[in-house]
Amino acid sequence: MTTSTPAVRVARLSKSYGDFDAVSDISFDILPGETFALLGPNGAGKSSTIEILEGYRDRSEGDITVLGVDPQHGGLDWKARIGIVLQSSGESGNATVVEQLRHFAGLYPNPRPVDEVIAAVGLESKAKTRIHKLSGGQQRRVDVALGIIGRPELLFLDEPTTGFDPEARHQFWDLIRSLKAEGTTILLTTHNLDEAAELSDRAGIIVGGQLIDIGAIGELGGPAARTPMVRWRDPSGARHETRTDSPARLVAELAADAGGEPAELQVIRPSLEDIYLGLVRRHAAATSNPENAEVLA
Amino acid sequence: MSSTLSPQPVRARTARHGILSLGLSRIGFEIKLYFRSTDTVFFTFLFPFIMLGIFTAAFSAQGNIGTNPDGSGGISVGAYYLPGMLAAGMLLSGLQNLAIDIAGEKGDGTLKRLGGTPLSPLSYFIGKIGQVLVTGILQAVLLLIVARFVFNIALPTDPEKWLTFAWVFLLGVITCAFLGIALSALPRSGRSASAVVIPIVLVLQFISGVYLQFNALPEWMQNIAGLFPLKWMAQGMRAVFLPETFAAQEQNGAWELGLVALALLIWLVVGLVGSRLSFRWIRKDA
Repeated sequence: MTTSTPAVRVARLSKSYGDFDAVSDISFDILPGETFALLGPNGAGKSSTIEILEGYRDRSEGDITVLGVDPQHGGLDWKARIGIVLQSSGESGNATVVEQLRHFAGLYPNPRPVDEVIAAVGLESKAKTRIHKLSGGQQRRVDVALGIIGRPELLFLDEPTTGFDPEARHQFWDLIRSLKAEGTTILLTTHNLDEAAELSDRAGIIVGGQLIDIGAIGELGGPAARTPMVRWRDPSGARHETRTDSPARLVAELAADAGGEPAELQVIRPSLEDIYLGLVRRHAAATSNPENAEVLA
Repeated sequence: MSSTLSPQPVRARTARHGILSLGLSRIGFEIKLYFRSTDTVFFTFLFPFIMLGIFTAAFSAQGNIGTNPDGSGGISVGAYYLPGMLAAGMLLSGLQNLAIDIAGEKGDGTLKRLGGTPLSPLSYFIGKIGQVLVTGILQAVLLLIVARFVFNIALPTDPEKWLTFAWVFLLGVITCAFLGIALSALPRSGRSASAVVIPIVLVLQFISGVYLQFNALPEWMQNIAGLFPLKWMAQGMRAVFLPETFAAQEQNGAWELGLVALALLIWLVVGLVGSRLSFRWIRKDA
């Protein structure tokens, strides 16, 4: 096997529940060592996609390999190579953090040291606490710890930082970076676009079960979506907003015209969140009024 | 807090652990969690003790059961109810315990999480059956100790009786464990599990000679009870702990240990097939 063989290969994946098409004709690859984010609104088909890749659900159509194996037939050896952080866990948790991790470590052939993982998710002081007594964010950290304890080659993270405080989120980002540095391939879904921008190399955006854009984090939405925006208020009090590739020149002109500082001046480079929202809105407008699709696209 | 992890060792991936060794490691974990669950300890583990205490306290004043016409002989109420309580313990430790436990684990995501790890369902089953065996044996032994030393009930001395006890107990408790795994598929959610399982268990106990004297029940009720395993477990236990003279009170005037074995074996097969067909890590969509 060469390193260019994708860790995850999804070709023309579709999934329907009765009459409802949750996922329609999605294709993407994830390369070994890459961190790939799946973004999209609630109910867009992200979790269906990720659960099909994890082997929990069967697909309706398409071809998939995950670490070279069809997840519908993934055996125990295959499961030993992946790590899963599910979207939600409501485990009653009568075990303590260290007991739970020690037990799960025992299920894998080559686990990470338990103490090290507890430290990595910042739960040293809670190691001997029963899981049901932890806060929601702390329980989520246990989920993350259980996902990485088996030293996975491929890690699925389904909205991993839900309930994290900002500090815990930054600790989590550091942890993911160290997993990346080790060569772990990661598939991430998140509603936190800063998180996607911080962690992932590439992202795909799913809306209504369709992949509407895919690319490097710095290239999503195309160059037009990244055009900087200048905002200001003119002396009459009216607000202005102009997109331009040469914001410095516009600002200089404004300053010259105003004979000083333009009021409330801002130069904004669209964040991933701005670009994402733009793409989702355009898709929604295009699908609700198909005649406009070409114009808007 | 350190967010760095030690890098992947150069050595190749070692082989996965065997199904049996993982199953054995599950047993210890399962037993620990069993005794940490207050609900389980009270309604499964201690329940037969409480019922034995209540029956003894409530009915002792009415004198012995099975006395001679002149009022002599017979056995105490506690002695009479002990076999039924042992049978109830087997049903609770196996069927009620696992049906509620596994339905709960399905509901709260425990099974889904385990399904994503290299744990075979067989290892999971070994863990559950082992938990039932260990807690069931502990319950029975404690029940016998309490019966002997607190309620002053004479226990059999004939080794043959204890051999009967051993096979009725093991066969019954393992059958109940598999029936519990199969029944865990019935509740629609973890929360509704107790509401679905406990009435079944309760009705069986009333018609099978656990709470009510079996020979005092109408024939049709005895016949219905005969379709279910608890009646046979209770009958097997009566054969061990009641005097031979009580055999005449059985439905057919004998202990019928062969039929006890046959009925339990049939239910064991039902439980095995039901477990095999109904068990899923998650409720899969069509």
